[in-house]
Amino acid sequence: MPLLEVDNDKCVGCGNCVDVCPFGALSLDGDKVVVNDKCTDCGACIDACPTMALSLPQRPAVKTEDTGQYSGVWVWIEIFNKQITDNSAEILGQGRVLADARRMALTACVLGHDVGHIAKDAISFGADRVLLADDPSLDVYRNAPYAAIIIDLARRHKPEIFLFGASSRGRDLAGSVATDLYAGLTADCTGLDIDPEKGLLVQTRPAFGGNIMAMIICPDHRPQMATVRHRVFEKPLVDMERRGEIISIGPSMTEEQISTRVTGFIQETDKVNLANARVIVSGGRGVGGPEGFEPLKKLADVLGGTIGASRSAVDAGWISYDHQVGQTGRTVRPDMYIACGISGAVQHQAGMKTSKVIVAINKNPDAPIFDIAHFGIVGDLFKIVPALTEQFKKRLSA
Amino acid sequence: MNIIVCIKQVPGITDVQIDPEDNTLVRENIPSIVNPFDMYAIEEGLRLKEAHGGRVTVISMGPPQVASALKDALGMGADDAVLLTDRAFAGADSWATAYTLSLAVKMMGEFDIIICGRQAIDGDTGQVGPGLARQLGINQLTYISKIKEIDPSGKTITVERLLEEGREIVEAGLPALITVVKDINQPRLATVANIRKASRIKIKVMSAADLTGVDVNRLGINGSPTKVIKIFSPPKREGILELIKADNINEAAIQLVDRIMAEKIL
Repeated sequence: MPLLEVDNDKCVGCGNCVDVCPFGALSLDGDKVVVNDKCTDCGACIDACPTMALSLPQRPAVKTEDTGQYSGVWVWIEIFNKQITDNSAEILGQGRVLADARRMALTACVLGHDVGHIAKDAISFGADRVLLADDPSLDVYRNAPYAAIIIDLARRHKPEIFLFGASSRGRDLAGSVATDLYAGLTADCTGLDIDPEKGLLVQTRPAFGGNIMAMIICPDHRPQMATVRHRVFEKPLVDMERRGEIISIGPSMTEEQISTRVTGFIQETDKVNLANARVIVSGGRGVGGPEGFEPLKKLADVLGGTIGASRSAVDAGWISYDHQVGQTGRTVRPDMYIACGISGAVQHQAGMKTSKVIVAINKNPDAPIFDIAHFGIVGDLFKIVPALTEQFKKRLSA
Repeated sequence: MNIIVCIKQVPGITDVQIDPEDNTLVRENIPSIVNPFDMYAIEEGLRLKEAHGGRVTVISMGPPQVASALKDALGMGADDAVLLTDRAFAGADSWATAYTLSLAVKMMGEFDIIICGRQAIDGDTGQVGPGLARQLGINQLTYISKIKEIDPSGKTITVERLLEEGREIVEAGLPALITVVKDINQPRLATVANIRKASRIKIKVMSAADLTGVDVNRLGINGSPTKVIKIFSPPKREGILELIKADNINEAAIQLVDRIMAEKIL
């Protein structure tokens, strides 16, 4: 049921729109264009039409009242084990860039217990102001008490832009906040810029497993909200000299009002924080069994890296799901991804193809992983991986 | 237990190909499938019903052809299906989708749990589940890899949440909305008996006019705060491969390590 409308009087059948449609939703029937049900109303064709024959219906009736009252860039600071996450530091860095472009202040929202030091970290990473809620009920992230505070603060202070990490917690929280504020929320952004003319936040994000990119704006609703992928923006340098304002606030819910309890935490014995990993050594069907990951672990140890896996290795029970990279696992963006015995199906590529350097080791020279790799060796991983481990050991200790 | 499972029909990305000519998605002849994460949601719903009794209702929003996704869920053993379809719903972003689903759920009477997949593989936002929970004012538990305990009479649930750093154990009150990851189960196949049964189940079709308390300004493209202004292909990465060839493994390893060290990433 596409909403896209074609004005047949204006259509000249040039086919420009057919070429730019990312979804194969347009085709020519004689000298007129027709729309099929694959259309997602994305609007990519509208700009391509030289005769303005394509249109989408006029947009919203509901708007945030007086969007001009909204000001400032806000970042929610994620904390784990009393430390600011790398993702939050990266977002403060980009938040600073956006705040400067808008000539506005950068505010960090720090929620937790005994987290006064995090407020100072946020300032040293670029915040002008910190809203600090320090309370035992906020010790570990829980949706309800966190969302209640953030929603209260946003209603009171009216930020123009509000950024969260695209982590499990960040996506959990941002989804609730955007719902109550009736704000536009763009998930998993890999680009954030200010449109120089209108001053709007232009959000770029991958969709369809990274096969297409979309640019998204929120013209009529405030705040403009986004969750931001890890390792996309540079972590800013710490400036201990920076000064900022710290404002303490109380919780919005009492413990009695909160009907969730976090009662435990299971940390994997192998460190599997794929999101933060700078190097990932990943194994697929080619490793042949659980013991096949041993040489990969040795290489990862030498490189200070983490172990990843393809879906087939996880489904075979050789390694736990926490390690899975790809469409139904994690999306990663390390400095280096070493794919060992992974053929590289589209679903796997969706989770790792934006890694800075991709190394592929595979017996099969036609494996699709070589299509996206920077460096490759065709051969037996059980010979190549130990040889690489030895070489890296020599070079990195030198 | 009354169990509601939200599903989405998506293009089967297994067959996604990039047209080498213009670097766009080839979408001809791609079958529509139930979003893979939603298959785990359906399975978990069916397992809860088998353990505790009750009914599983699947709900989806989209064009009329989404009925086939609902039929798939019925074929796996779901009891009822609701299809929200109306031109007024078209072009909805995650805010408007969650709003629309919440109106339908409010009309479905008492429920214990709503189960969604972690995210859909086309939009990849994972925002509709949290949005729906918030619209309904119930607890949300996202990225669930295991339901450890559920007590429908005591109205409590204990789950394992998959986070970046490990797994968190959370207890919560019911009703709640959970979103599930792949690790939670292995979805069953549809059985001939269930498919036969499913063919006799009438899908309840609802339009905007059927939704009690609807604000039509919050539906579809008109109710969506986000607006896509451009779609483009990511920069191509083809033709960059440097294949290391050497007489023996050690030589190859030395060459590869040389190249990697030159990238200055370590």
